[in-house]
Amino acid sequence: MSITSETPIPRRPGESVVARLSCYAVQPILTRIVRRIAARHPSLFARLGPHQATDFLIDPQELPFALHLRPDPQDLVLRAVPRDAAPRAGATIRGRFMLLLEMIDAEQDGDAAFFSRDLEVSGNTEAVVRLRNALDDMDGSLAEETASMFGPPGRAILARLRRSYLDKTQTRENT
Amino acid sequence: MSLAELICPAGTPAALRTAVDAGADAVYCGFQDATNARNFPGLNFTPDELAASVAYAHERGTKVLLALNTYPPAGKVDLWRQAADTGARIGVDAFIVADMGVADYIARTHPQIRLHLSVQAAASSPEAIRYYCENFGVKRVVLPRILTIPEIRQIRKDIPCEIETFIFGNHGLMVEGRCSLTNYLTGQSTNMDGVCSPASDVNYLREADGSMSSQLAGFTIDRFGPDEKAGYPTICKGRYIAPHRPESYYAFEEPVSLNLSQLLPELIEAGVHAFKIEGRQRSKSYVRGVVRAFRAAVDDIRAGRQVNIADLVALTEGQKQTQGAFETKKWR
Repeated sequence: MSITSETPIPRRPGESVVARLSCYAVQPILTRIVRRIAARHPSLFARLGPHQATDFLIDPQELPFALHLRPDPQDLVLRAVPRDAAPRAGATIRGRFMLLLEMIDAEQDGDAAFFSRDLEVSGNTEAVVRLRNALDDMDGSLAEETASMFGPPGRAILARLRRSYLDKTQTRENT
Repeated sequence: MSLAELICPAGTPAALRTAVDAGADAVYCGFQDATNARNFPGLNFTPDELAASVAYAHERGTKVLLALNTYPPAGKVDLWRQAADTGARIGVDAFIVADMGVADYIARTHPQIRLHLSVQAAASSPEAIRYYCENFGVKRVVLPRILTIPEIRQIRKDIPCEIETFIFGNHGLMVEGRCSLTNYLTGQSTNMDGVCSPASDVNYLREADGSMSSQLAGFTIDRFGPDEKAGYPTICKGRYIAPHRPESYYAFEEPVSLNLSQLLPELIEAGVHAFKIEGRQRSKSYVRGVVRAFRAAVDDIRAGRQVNIADLVALTEGQKQTQGAFETKKWR
């Protein structure tokens, strides 16, 4: 399985500075999230098989940064990275932030998002399939769990994000 | 009227619980090995997971069918026999089999458990189906998706077992259980290794103009324009350039899903006992949406109400759907 070459998506001027500041701000949250998931869903790692050591780049298109995930239970990594400083990834998954989140929460189907071209994958396809299947076997809602870590403000932000995503999706479908 | 059982897919324990909770009458699943035709990375059940899942389903009145629907290579039957023994110990309600040797082993060793004949056996004539019934005690046949409803009605009259038909999902009709296209490019067998277009051989390439190419084992099998819907990376649904067709065209099949939601009453009237939803490789979201929609539709039919099924086109391959050969042999 080869690493796929791909064409980078053009970025806006000044994005690099915003990205670095954003990464600095969100990293403590990401560390808490990933530790909590690992503690509450240990069976997730078995489905990853040999791809526990694979570097995934998860690229939520509208956020100023991407996420670097290495789902190794012995050395778990989830960190925000500026796109221009992202590590060489074994597999890349790209889509709108709420689409990616809703896929993890079983509110959206990954194959359907791929068919509609809302989801892009490149690199090691087997790694992507394993990650998808591992996450899909997770009970509960990652979004809700994460929001709950921050109490009522966290849940309010999640509700606002969901409303915004729903509005955008409906607008897109109606045009 | 037939029972019109709803047979639903599960690739993970969470998907199985989702299918049960959404109203499945039975859920079908497989182990994490070559004994089933969805041997995909990260998918399927360990024996312990299956035991817990069977308990969950049985507590809620739902059956669990274990797919052992691949063909053992010559002389290598132990994996299939062990899987059957494990399934029997766990208490599955039926085995779905394609290979005669596997069917024979189960019929002799676990005669108390029902045998269903997989679509992978490609049994489409009364003579073929009766052979499996008479020799292995098969109780149900899953029909290949190449028959019209009048043909199904006639077959029902000529066989001594129940009929199950697919009603929704991936529509890959290359002679089921016989297709060797994947072997040709990857060296892995759909029918013996249980994987069509193995993910380890699939690559997606995004071009600068937004188009995307899908490759299998280094061969480009399709290229989707920036605004074009995509399909699975299977050879049978690829587009090719041939001397007589210099523009690319679908040489075998098209990326499209089966959806028989409008034909359910006719299928029941024709004597179909069970409706199968394809998609063990799909997510809980798919399972929940499709099972709920067809649960409501079947319940409406049973109650004599008008069927008003939810729009499922967003979940279909290529976002296109067909009634295929069930409607007419001229569909392709």
